[in-house]
Amino acid sequence: MKLTLKVWRQKDANSAGKMETYPADNISPDMSFLEMLDVVNESLIHKNIEPIHFDHDCREGICGMCSLYINGQPHGPKRAITTCQLHMRSFKDGDTITIEPWRAAAFPVIKDLAVDRSAFDRIQQAGGYISVNTGAAQDANNILIPKVIADEAFNSATCIGCGACVAACKNASAMLFVSAKITQLGLLPQGQPERYRRAQSMVAQMDEEGFGNCTNTGACEAECPKEISLTNISRMNNDFLSAKLFREEEIAHSGE
Amino acid sequence: MSQFKQTFNSSIGKKLIMALTGLFLCTFLIVHLAGNLQLFQNDEGYAFNVYANFLTHFPPIEVIAYILYAFIVIHALYALILTINNRKARPVQYAHQPKSPTSWGSKNMGLLGSILLLFIVIHMSDFWYKYKYTDTVGFKEYRTNVLSNERTVTDFVPESKEFEHSYTTENDVEVVRVKDLHKKVSESFSQWWYVLIYVIAQGALSFHLLHGFQSAFRTLGWTHRKYTPIVEQIGIWLFAVIIPLGFAAMPVVYFFMGK
Amino acid sequence: MELDGKVPAGPLANKWSKYKFDLKLVNPANKRKYDIIVVGTGLAGASAAASLAELGYNVKAFCFQDSPRRAHSIAAQGGINAAKNYQNDGDSVFRLFYDTIKGGDYRAREGNVYRLAEVSVNIIDQCVAQGVPFAREYGGLLDNRSFGGSQVSRTFYARGQTGQQLLLGAYSALNRQINAGKVKMYTRTEMLDVVVVDGHAKGIVTRNMINGQIDTHSGHAVLLCTGGYGNVFYLSTNAIGSNVTAAWRAHKRGAFFANPCYTQIHPTCIPVTGDHQSKLTLMSESLRNDGRVWAPKTVEIAQKLQKKEITADQVKEDDRDYFLERKYPAFGNLVPRDVASRNAKEMADEGKGVGASGLAVYLDFADAIKRLGEDTVRAKYGNLFDMYIQITDENPYKQPMRIYPAVHYTMGGLWVDYNLQTSVPGLFALGECNFSDHGANRLGASALMQGLSDGYFVIPFTLGDYLAKQGPKKVDENHPAFAQTKQDVIDHVNKLISLKGTKTTNEYHRDLGHIMWEYCGMARTEEGLIKAKKMIQELKVDFWKNAIIVGKNEEVNASLERGGRVADFIELGELMVDDALMRRESCGGHFRLESQTDDGEALRDDENFAFVAAWEFMGENQPERLNKEKLEFEAVHLSQRNYA
Repeated sequence: MKLTLKVWRQKDANSAGKMETYPADNISPDMSFLEMLDVVNESLIHKNIEPIHFDHDCREGICGMCSLYINGQPHGPKRAITTCQLHMRSFKDGDTITIEPWRAAAFPVIKDLAVDRSAFDRIQQAGGYISVNTGAAQDANNILIPKVIADEAFNSATCIGCGACVAACKNASAMLFVSAKITQLGLLPQGQPERYRRAQSMVAQMDEEGFGNCTNTGACEAECPKEISLTNISRMNNDFLSAKLFREEEIAHSGE
Repeated sequence: MSQFKQTFNSSIGKKLIMALTGLFLCTFLIVHLAGNLQLFQNDEGYAFNVYANFLTHFPPIEVIAYILYAFIVIHALYALILTINNRKARPVQYAHQPKSPTSWGSKNMGLLGSILLLFIVIHMSDFWYKYKYTDTVGFKEYRTNVLSNERTVTDFVPESKEFEHSYTTENDVEVVRVKDLHKKVSESFSQWWYVLIYVIAQGALSFHLLHGFQSAFRTLGWTHRKYTPIVEQIGIWLFAVIIPLGFAAMPVVYFFMGK
Repeated sequence: MELDGKVPAGPLANKWSKYKFDLKLVNPANKRKYDIIVVGTGLAGASAAASLAELGYNVKAFCFQDSPRRAHSIAAQGGINAAKNYQNDGDSVFRLFYDTIKGGDYRAREGNVYRLAEVSVNIIDQCVAQGVPFAREYGGLLDNRSFGGSQVSRTFYARGQTGQQLLLGAYSALNRQINAGKVKMYTRTEMLDVVVVDGHAKGIVTRNMINGQIDTHSGHAVLLCTGGYGNVFYLSTNAIGSNVTAAWRAHKRGAFFANPCYTQIHPTCIPVTGDHQSKLTLMSESLRNDGRVWAPKTVEIAQKLQKKEITADQVKEDDRDYFLERKYPAFGNLVPRDVASRNAKEMADEGKGVGASGLAVYLDFADAIKRLGEDTVRAKYGNLFDMYIQITDENPYKQPMRIYPAVHYTMGGLWVDYNLQTSVPGLFALGECNFSDHGANRLGASALMQGLSDGYFVIPFTLGDYLAKQGPKKVDENHPAFAQTKQDVIDHVNKLISLKGTKTTNEYHRDLGHIMWEYCGMARTEEGLIKAKKMIQELKVDFWKNAIIVGKNEEVNASLERGGRVADFIELGELMVDDALMRRESCGGHFRLESQTDDGEALRDDENFAFVAAWEFMGENQPERLNKEKLEFEAVHLSQRNYA
């Protein structure tokens, strides 16, 4: 296959970037998208040109590192996969492929196609946990969890934190990501004691990071490689509003 | 107090305001449509004019009306604030047109809302403002014989400028003198471009509510495996089909009947 | 030198609990005076950092990824073992211990393995309390499955994403401590050296991967939780970023490297499609429960298949060689990983491999579909089949799957004693980074168990003992060792940056991988290893002459990062070959063709090789010195494995 790549090149966070065009020759349909970029990069290095920088690691769709906006869609044209799981057979010989980084104020570009997603970590740090010290746990089977609840919590827990939801959202909102964690822990009995506190602190941090607002458009859900559903956002809204408007015990916390 | 400030300054709090005002406006639409169905009564505007008079002179309704206007303003204002925030959240746009599969309406709520706001301004300045604050709308006098139910209609010119309305009885005849909004409506709806504005606005309303109604429930956190499908059906059939069609039918019918 | 593993005396079952009591404790008020450095934030690193911070120590944690959540522990699919005996099927701590020792082909330390089995039950409790959504039964209790040929159902799992869920649990515990200010997290930061002061590890040197800044960090102890080195083979199931650099640099500062040649190769991976291939994808072993492995009987048929002149279903039953069923009638397709892998490679080497490259054998579900129906097969393996279709564009419901072995896990690693301390005092190694618990071969669903055991339940105790003995005196960062080590790192980086040759670091890596796979992979010979050693030495010389690294240090520079890692892999490769040469026996993941039973089984030589080989760095380009730790077995009887 022979392709033309239009790639965003940007030296670092402080420099201006622009789209550059590169040919990609001798591409096999069996290559993954990232392997295609590897091949292009090898040819660039041989010409002593700096390779195209992009984030990647596990290359099997679970680490959440890869993050390319391909032809107008995060992780490219196929549903429910990450960029590293996209294969070149999804493209036609002669295609032009536009590759851009995730675009969001909260995800500044580090270099070329790699962005800084530490905002996600800070949101998790604000409350995405159950406060239990090592060694303090009771026997695991003392906590009974109905299978359907456990499965539902699992569906939310599959989030890989790649940021495709933010990239896809027309408002660069992070609500799908944030709500997945709030929902996972909010559904489980272990998460109840901190449920309303967690929703408030994670949402507060999310707002501070400069993400946009949810308009329930559903692009996030459509592009999520793990198919996390919009219902999570609704659950988060419910917990948040319930905490803010109706829960007396949560008022004491904010006065701390 | 800071608790509330915090709540309504948060992203979800702002959305809560959008949702609540939006849903209130949705309920208003039902009432408004039901009331305006009086236009289809073949009684030379009697029912409609009495209804209009009632709306503008019954104090509780007047209060609710002002709440309604406030909600329209708040809904629009918060939409503006949220849109500005959302724009800021993505300072650099994508070079390639986003292709994520989403409904057109949900992506263009701002555009649809702006059309609707413009429409509301036109609609209210033409009817509500002229009705309430100018004397460009004339009066009608309806004399109804309560025994025979026979009704005669004449134009009425009040002596005093302060005159608003009167309900009196003379023997068996009920005399109702009210502003003749019906005539104003018929006049407006006889112009093709005016009808077109209304039809376009109702189209915008349809797409706005197709997304907006169910979205409000999501924002409030009211999703449920059993009830969400019902909400979605209501959103589609009542708010995106029946109501806009009902409203659009009025100018269209008047336009063609007037010919 | 004879090494002491410091396993406490006494009956096996009481060792750990008694030892815990004997260990010195750090006064609670003093804990905040200690700084601990944790490198790597996978299961071992995140759990250690969180647990130590909970105790009150100040922790600095480092990872090269953009977030601790991305460590490669996340990719583990199958599950995690624990001797809970929830299924009442006869499991016990001793049975898990026994299975692990036996599975490791009697090349692990009894004391360590027993402790691992003992704390395995606490791990499950801890993870559930953190909100890890393990699979459950309708009654709300935890579900278990049998895994990797185990006779009992002791594996806890979270669909095919157990590693992810466990890591996110540890990550959340870590986040809690970051929020509490007890852990300072450094992401996109790569450790490039250990600072050793008066024989004790007192700090590290790091490179900021955004701006290239080289920094020193001091601490009272350094914990390396940096994972395995499977990427020395270039192609493996490891993440692209997984590397040996931190462990290797520590090795060069005095930490012994133990049993580097023990490599686990997984039989059911998706085959290589071409030179562009960057990694291999594992499919769960469970596929072998219903799939039948075969290759064509003759080279002619294989060639027709390779050229796509015929398809697999056109090969007549008589022309198929179900080689595992033929050679191992008792276990058939369910022989252990190494046996299945080796036989597949044999087929390919004989020219009977299939697929365009000839580097694959078939895993056929036609019989299973006939017997169980397509729906049942779909219910059992649907997600694996989907994954296969996505990667290969072939439909395993219609055509047999193509599989080939791939490097999956490295049992070797930094040598540690019972305290998880390396041969450098104050330098500890946890998780896959150390060598300790799996012997020569690792059981399925035990890697996650070991990482979390080390981090949650071992290091909090053993580290305290070391710290209490050292005292809370502040580490002097003005000690010349800090400046010197930093300068060494800068020199090394500059040396790499100055490479402006013609061959990319990726190409060197691929070359190294070919050598390792060919000569130090599933089957090793004296002759091949000697050849490999020479080839690696030549590759190393060539690398420092002809490699090309673009850009400069003061920026994001993947080429530089890769260069440093490949340089270290080349050196490690040579040590692996040395280790494999030295170990003239077969055991677990190390198979010497010279040492096999009549049935072609790995033949151990317990007389001469029942020891841990701990290699000591003696200087650049010098042969490393072998130190031995004798393995004593009190609780188990050494037996020869037999699957025929």
